[in-house]
Amino acid sequence: MSEEQIKYLEKQFEERIARDEKIEPKDWMPEKYRKTHIRQISQHAHSEVVGMLPEGNWITRAPSLRRKVALLAKVQDEAGHGLYLYSACETLGISRDELYEQLHSGKAKYSSIFNYPTITWADMGAIGWLVDGAAIINQVPLCNTSFGPYARAMVRVCKEESFHQRQGYEIMLKLSNGTPEQKDMAQDALNRWWWPSLMMLGPTDAESVHTEQSMKWKLKRKSNDDLRQQFIDQTVPQADILGLSIPDPDLKWNEEKGSYDFGEIDWDEFWQVVKGHGPMNKERMKARVGAWERGEWVRDAAMAYAEKQQERKEKQVV
Amino acid sequence: MKQNLYNYILGIADNSLILGQRMGALTGHGPSLETDIACTNISLDLFGQVRSYYQYAAKVAGDKRTEDDIAMLRHEREYLNVLLVEQPDTDFAYTMGRQFLFDVYHFLFLTELQKSKDLTLSAIATKSLKEVSYHQRFSTDWIKRLGDGTEESNKRMQTAIDDLWTYTDELFHQTDADKEMVAEGIGVDVTTLKEAYYQKVADVLQESTLTIPESKYFQKGGKQGIHTEHMGYLLAELQYMQRAYPNMEW
Repeated sequence: MSEEQIKYLEKQFEERIARDEKIEPKDWMPEKYRKTHIRQISQHAHSEVVGMLPEGNWITRAPSLRRKVALLAKVQDEAGHGLYLYSACETLGISRDELYEQLHSGKAKYSSIFNYPTITWADMGAIGWLVDGAAIINQVPLCNTSFGPYARAMVRVCKEESFHQRQGYEIMLKLSNGTPEQKDMAQDALNRWWWPSLMMLGPTDAESVHTEQSMKWKLKRKSNDDLRQQFIDQTVPQADILGLSIPDPDLKWNEEKGSYDFGEIDWDEFWQVVKGHGPMNKERMKARVGAWERGEWVRDAAMAYAEKQQERKEKQVV
Repeated sequence: MKQNLYNYILGIADNSLILGQRMGALTGHGPSLETDIACTNISLDLFGQVRSYYQYAAKVAGDKRTEDDIAMLRHEREYLNVLLVEQPDTDFAYTMGRQFLFDVYHFLFLTELQKSKDLTLSAIATKSLKEVSYHQRFSTDWIKRLGDGTEESNKRMQTAIDDLWTYTDELFHQTDADKEMVAEGIGVDVTTLKEAYYQKVADVLQESTLTIPESKYFQKGGKQGIHTEHMGYLLAELQYMQRAYPNMEW
C-alpha cells in the first residue's frame, strides 16, 4: 500500500471513531491502534488474573461461610474477566500463550495495586471498596471505547465490579459497626490501601505518556488527575459514613472548587512498585509462573488426549 | 435434640465442607484459567450445600448455635468427614483423583438420599444432585485425559489413584447414627452403594488406561473423628478468624 493510501485509510478510520462507530477485529486499523490495544487489554487481563492472588489469599480463612462463598464467587468473577479480556485481545492477532509469556517474563505490566500484601480480613473489604471503586472509575468510560470486543467485555466487567464494590463496602460497614478490634482492623486497612488506591489511577497528567492518543481512540475519556479527583470526591463521604478517617492530614473540602484538596502522593513509591520492587511483586510473579509451570504436564496431557480422540474418530469414519 | 439426626447431617455435610475448603484453596493456582474457574465452581457448589445442611443441623440442635459455629468451632475429633476428602493437593492428579473418587460416591449417595423420609434432606439432595452430576462429569473427563494423555500424566494419575485408593472403603462404613437413620427411613444404607461404586470407578479407570489397584488394605477413622495429620492444618486455616476473634459478627 502506498503512503497516500494508508493516510487515506487512517483518515477514514479516525472519522469512524469520531462518529462513535465501533471498530471490529476484521476492520482495517492502524498498526499503532492494534499494538496499543493489545498492550492495554492484555494489561487489563493480567491485572484480573494477578488480582486473584491477594484476595485468593483469604479464601481458606474467610470468617464465615457466607463471606467465604462471596469471596470465592468474587475471585472467580476475576478469572472470568481475565478470560473475556484475553479473548478480546486474541481477536487482535496474538495468542493467550504469547500474552502469558509477556506477563511471566516481566515484559507486560499489570496493576501495581496487587503488589501490596493482604494481611487482615479487613483488606478484603478495603480492596472491594477502594480498589474496585477506583477500577470502576477507570473502566466505566471504556464501555464506550472504540474497539468493539473491548467495549462489550467492559459492559459485563463493570456490572460485576460494581457488585464487588458494594460487597467490599458492606464488609467495611460490618467491621466499622463491630467491636473496637474490628473497627481498628478496618481503619488499619484503610490506612494501608488509601494511597496505593490513589496511585492506581495512574501518574499525574504531566507524566502520563499515553494520554493524548488514547483520548482520541476513546481508550481514555478523562485524564488521570480528573479521575483521581472524582474518586476522592466520591470516596471521602463514604469513609465518613463508616466513621473512618482518611489517612491524609491535608485532605480538606474546597468550597470554591467544589471538590477536595488532598496531600502529596508519594510518586517514588509508585515508580518503585511499577518497576518491580513493591512488597509483593516477586511473590505474585512466582505464584503465576509456578502455577503455569506446574500445570504444563496437565495441559500437555489434555492436548495429547484430544489428539488421540480425534484420531480414533477419524479411524471410525474410515 | 435428635442427636442421631444431627450427627447424621454432619456426617454428610462435613465431606462437602472439607472438600470445598481443599478446592477453594486452589483458586488462582490452577493449570489453566478454565480449570481454575471450574474448580472454584465445585468449591462454591460444595459450600452452598454445606450451608443448607448446617442451617438444618442448627435447627435440629434447637439452641443458639449457627451454621458458622458448626463449621468453624468444633474440635478436630468432632469433624465426621471421610479421610479421602482431607487428602492434600500433591499435584493436579491427586486433586482430580480425590474429586473423582468422591464424586462417584456422592452421586450414588445423593440419588438415594432423595428418597429420604426427611423432606429437608431429600430437598437438599435433589438440588445438590444437579451440581454433583456436573462435578462427576468434570472429574471423570480429567481422569480420562490424564490417564490416557501422555506417559507422564498416566504415571502421575496412576500414582494418585494408587495412593488414594486406601481411603475409598471408608465411604461404605456405617456409623451408629447411620444405622439408626436407615432404620427410620431417613438415611441411606451406604453398604448397598459399594458394588455400583467400584464398578463405575473400574469402568472409568479402564477406559483411562489406568490399572485398578489391587490393595486390600484400607484406612478408616474419619467417620469417628480420627483424622489424618493433614486435618489439623486445614482446620487451623478454616477456623483462624473465629478462633482469633471469638464472638464477633462478620
